[in-house]
Amino acid sequence: MTLAPHDSDVDLHRHVVGTMTMAAALNRALADAIQDDPDVVVFGEDVGALGGVFRITDGLTERFGEDRCFDTPLAESGIIGTAVGMAMNGLRPVVEMQFDAFALPAFEQVVSHVAKLANRTRGAVRMPLVIRIPFGGGIGGVEHHCDSSEAYYAHTPGLTVVAPSTPQDAYSLLRAAIASPDPVIFLEPKKLYWSKGEVDASITAEIGTARVAREGTDVTVLAYAAMVPVALEAAEIAAGEGRSVQVIDVRSLSPFDDATVTAAVRATGRAVVVAEAPGYASVASEIQARVFERCFEFLEAPVRRVTGFDTPFAPPKLEHWYLPDADRVLDAIDSLHWEDCDDERSGR
Amino acid sequence: MQHDDLLPRDTPVQLIDPEGRTVTDERYPMPDADTLLRAYRGLVEGRRINDQANALVRQGRLAVYPSSHGQEACQVAASLVLDEDDWLFPTYRDSVAVIARGVRPSDAMVLLKGDWHSGYDPHEHRVAPQATPLATQLLHAVGFAQAAKHRGEDTVVLALCGDGATSEGDFHEAMNFAAVFHVPVVFFVQNNEFAISVPLSRQTAAPSLAHKAIGYGMPGQRVDGNDVAAVLSVLGEAVERARAGGGPSLVEAHTYRMQAHTNADDDTRYREREEVQAWVARDPLTRLRAHLTDAGALDDAAEEALAAGAEEIAAALRDALNADSELDPEDLFRFVTAERSPQLEEQWRVLQGEIERAHADDSASVTAGGHR
Repeated sequence: MTLAPHDSDVDLHRHVVGTMTMAAALNRALADAIQDDPDVVVFGEDVGALGGVFRITDGLTERFGEDRCFDTPLAESGIIGTAVGMAMNGLRPVVEMQFDAFALPAFEQVVSHVAKLANRTRGAVRMPLVIRIPFGGGIGGVEHHCDSSEAYYAHTPGLTVVAPSTPQDAYSLLRAAIASPDPVIFLEPKKLYWSKGEVDASITAEIGTARVAREGTDVTVLAYAAMVPVALEAAEIAAGEGRSVQVIDVRSLSPFDDATVTAAVRATGRAVVVAEAPGYASVASEIQARVFERCFEFLEAPVRRVTGFDTPFAPPKLEHWYLPDADRVLDAIDSLHWEDCDDERSGR
Repeated sequence: MQHDDLLPRDTPVQLIDPEGRTVTDERYPMPDADTLLRAYRGLVEGRRINDQANALVRQGRLAVYPSSHGQEACQVAASLVLDEDDWLFPTYRDSVAVIARGVRPSDAMVLLKGDWHSGYDPHEHRVAPQATPLATQLLHAVGFAQAAKHRGEDTVVLALCGDGATSEGDFHEAMNFAAVFHVPVVFFVQNNEFAISVPLSRQTAAPSLAHKAIGYGMPGQRVDGNDVAAVLSVLGEAVERARAGGGPSLVEAHTYRMQAHTNADDDTRYREREEVQAWVARDPLTRLRAHLTDAGALDDAAEEALAAGAEEIAAALRDALNADSELDPEDLFRFVTAERSPQLEEQWRVLQGEIERAHADDSASVTAGGHR
């Protein structure tokens, strides 16, 4: 079975609103990008006949040919290093790293060249390439298959880093990433590959913007990727307890949408940041610091983080202890000094 | 292709011996007289540029200079074998090749002067930025050639590296990708015997670096890197093979880094003076001069004219580097991404405030009689 529509359906289906998995939405985004732009090429390990180990590239080689979607030798630095050369020569490569930890052999190419070539050449060379990385845990994967490496990339000037949490954002953000003149690290939460949602191919998403995933007035929970559903679950439970929780899907880790986040936290006066990566020196820490710097006078309580532990990712049978869940988010919300201001807020 | 065709010779190809005499080779023809004269001009200019750049380091006008003194034959040939639309992917030691390709000497020195990380538009002369990390540029060269092939263009890409870089993983990956995808890339290794202080024997146990080619399924060849005629002939054949759709190949030039790694290095700590001295007799410049003089193609007047031309280039480089650069700190923020993020805009405004205050302090201290 192929996730991609047949040629004859393509135009009919271009803007259709339909329910599909995140995996199918990503597949659709790749197919539409290949179709729309002759410079887009997709390559990596097992992305051809197999369609990728997560089937994100399913049917692309069959439909568009080896020129547009092809397998490479098993070498990640080679994949990204050659993508750099292709981008220098007018193509828009979209490469797949098979798993988060397997992207690490390419780290030098990413940090020393992908991120810096535009700056090195004063903009004479642009790097319009996308590096797709399935990331995070929650799928019972063994070691090296469940890492959250976003901090390495977000720390690197020159890289755009995004992580969708819905099929719609997966589609729209991948299209935006491929269209971007800058290199984009596109982090795909493995755990959400099979989650379903509506996708309208005509909806665009702007990189650098956060999305309000749930309105709320008492506290703002800031999350991304697989932690967004966790935050939403916590918000639902909290609502039953009479607490109104706003959930913001950060989705663009770099550049970061300070404007939306700052306005949201200033309005609620409380914030919790949720991420599954180890908390030390993390994206969650960065978000926490930014919120403190910009919202201090508006805060009723310290900004809390709910993150993975500062340990290597857990083995499959222990990962449920490792990964933040709704209970941990609710505990953090509960700790936000509600008693101190019950009096001043009693009018609400 | 037969396996034997992929293996290099037991000894490097040589067309002119160290005394300037012609060596006849059944496979590699001697370049014509015009080409040799052009190459000689390149050698004279390249040597002068190396000397001038070293002097500019001593004068504090360049932060550092990795000299290619002794390797000029490789540098010049790397440029001469390419067509206008071909691309060169050089390293930090290949400034002479970059300049031979048409990049202004002062633009090629911007990195070493410290004004910016690269000083030329790669598309203008089809020269990639000089790579500082080892072997990484080889993969860029392969990808660049893949894109050219994708569009059906006959561009050839020449990728340069040194002997030390052949130990890096990216060297292996680049060779392998190039062979698997059969792209028009020529890998040109200047084996100058040293990676800073570490000798070739610590980089490889292979019979030669060119022998690595067969492991990837591409031809490898060894050439006397101080014989510009041989380098032109061997490299030229590899370039034309690539252009004709024959795929990638590896050429190893046996040469010698006559000077320290950079001016910050002390090569007396790791090699004997006698060893360096022995290579003086194999100098690429004196060898071709002897050959051309013997052939009656070069006389004193022509020598003087070439020296004068090289002197002009050196003078222009000197003048450009002696002029103080006007640098704009806002450039730090200009090219990171196509569009400046709100965060970078905010950070630039902070720096801008600091700069304005510093200027105000300077003016105040001038008014107050120069006390700070």
